[in-house]
Amino acid sequence: MSVIKRIVIEPVTRVEGHGKVTILVDEAGKVVQARLHVVEFRGFERFIQGRLFWEVPVLVQRLCGICPVSHHLAAAKAMDRIVGGERLTPTAEKIRRLMHYGQMYQSHALHFFHLASPDLLFGFDADPAIRNVIGVAGKYPELAVQAVMMRKYGQEIIKATAGKKIHGTGAIPGGVNKNLSLAERDALLKGVDQQMTWAKSAVKIAREYTTAHLKELLPFGSFESNHLSLVRADGAMDLYHGNLRAVDAQGKPIFDQIDYQKYVDLIAEDVRDWSYMKFPFIKKLGPETGWYRVGPLARLNTADFIDTPAAEAARKEFRAVTGGKTNNVTMAYHWARMVELLHSMEKIQELLNDKDLQGQDLVVKGERREEGVGVIEAPRGTLFHHYRVDKNDQVVMANLIVSTTHNNEPMNRAVSKVAQDHLSGVEITEGLLNRIEVAIRAYDPCLSCATHALGQMAIDVRVVDGAGKVLCEKGRG
Amino acid sequence: MNHGGRHILVYGYGNPGRGDDGLGPALVDALEPFGADGVTCESDYQLAVEDAATLAKYDVVVFVDAAMSGPEPFWFDHVQPSRELSFSSHSAMPGQVVALAREMFGAQVKAYALGIRGYRFGDLGDSLSEPARANLALALAFVQRAVSEQRFDEYTKQFGVDSGRGCACGPQPEA
Repeated sequence: MSVIKRIVIEPVTRVEGHGKVTILVDEAGKVVQARLHVVEFRGFERFIQGRLFWEVPVLVQRLCGICPVSHHLAAAKAMDRIVGGERLTPTAEKIRRLMHYGQMYQSHALHFFHLASPDLLFGFDADPAIRNVIGVAGKYPELAVQAVMMRKYGQEIIKATAGKKIHGTGAIPGGVNKNLSLAERDALLKGVDQQMTWAKSAVKIAREYTTAHLKELLPFGSFESNHLSLVRADGAMDLYHGNLRAVDAQGKPIFDQIDYQKYVDLIAEDVRDWSYMKFPFIKKLGPETGWYRVGPLARLNTADFIDTPAAEAARKEFRAVTGGKTNNVTMAYHWARMVELLHSMEKIQELLNDKDLQGQDLVVKGERREEGVGVIEAPRGTLFHHYRVDKNDQVVMANLIVSTTHNNEPMNRAVSKVAQDHLSGVEITEGLLNRIEVAIRAYDPCLSCATHALGQMAIDVRVVDGAGKVLCEKGRG
Repeated sequence: MNHGGRHILVYGYGNPGRGDDGLGPALVDALEPFGADGVTCESDYQLAVEDAATLAKYDVVVFVDAAMSGPEPFWFDHVQPSRELSFSSHSAMPGQVVALAREMFGAQVKAYALGIRGYRFGDLGDSLSEPARANLALALAFVQRAVSEQRFDEYTKQFGVDSGRGCACGPQPEA
């Protein structure tokens, strides 16, 4: 079979950073291969080497302007191990959790309402001039304002716990550097009831959309996969801390309750010459079948229950759609994300009423170690930070596996599935382009870092032949 | 210093850990200690949708960002509300935030952008390049004067992207 055409879509809009999609088709127009390329190399691990370990929780926030709090906390958890301070004081752990739930809440709200909802509210085939957040603001103004205020509330929590918006310093090795004052607590409590109402409403929107469009969504970019996340010792969802659990596409355990300090025994990373982004896989299954999904869908598949009542009720409704079995529907990420948003708000409410947040015992230290791994469930999925530190307190090794990297193979699979189902000939129709973007966006990927600068961002679609000759080009923006 | 009772927001954005991408926050860091009445300084990694709510509280906003191209050492221009396409990513462009502020919050804010020319964006590191530092110093002097005199529209004619001035020598704006 001779491959004659290559279709390139770059960059994908409404995902962070720059990526492009290449679809190879044969003479009959059948999709042979589809790839999501990530075109920027971060080199961040090398940047960290030589730095003093206690600087790292602040430095790593530079990696990403989208989820700096997740990197901040994952690095702090790794450095807790370095100072022997992993058993945090109640105040320190609860402050960090509050920060984390604030991040989760604002990130999920932003993604659902401002990045995904235009696709859902206007349909995949709607004109891109309307199918965007400003279109949502015009047609559904109350929803748009609500989403902004949800995002803003989460940001206020981050500011109150991390100290500032950029390069927050809240989490330090072995604890935190500030508690939550009564004034800060009271200011946040004022908004909590309204936020809870909105969070419940968001779950309802996602549930009703998914169930109403189930026939269309079930096959859309979907495939069977393994799923991985942290879970608490009793099997509950825990977004801040826990042990590693992986299940297969039918929900059977692959491994369970493994201390993430030993992650290198479980997970390896494959390298492919066409992408800067690695392809993680479960070692004992190998790269062909050992790839897995992370993030909201995976977490709802791995957790036995959620320990907050409204989110647990929402989880049960979510699971009921697949008869209690593992959910492998790519578009179900959105509903799962809203269940987590509700869980985060319940946790925020619980924490704001906890007097430990005003405690004074902020830092612990113990026996010094030279190596530490910190893992957290970031909005987009499981985030690994692994460091070795020498006797001069300098980092000599850093390895990060970010959420989007875990989802690399699944995103490629999603693109392939959509291309197979919707590509007709070699023409890149708006419908195909939209659907590829919709499938990738379900994962809420963060493909790069926060370099943005005026002058970037556009979408360019190209059809080229096997020799690289551009046959057709189409742009947006 | 007369601000005519207007509330002005100077909003620098960019990633200080990515070389010259940090020019926006660097300008705000340098401007803030002067503490001009009626002027609020904010900075963040990038603009986002919730900034629409913030903008609604101000009469004038000056977005400050690194510019990958265009006149040196900086340019200053109007920001028109932009309804085009969508948010390219989790972040937003100034025109989109202004459009959302108007659409959702009825904001009447007048918006301008100050683009400080940068040169090195791929590097991981918290230092600005030397040419970017020089541009930053000139941009700081400009913005101090701009918020003091508030002749923003005049400045756009003098320092706009299409003003044709080139601005290679980096003079301060004339009063």
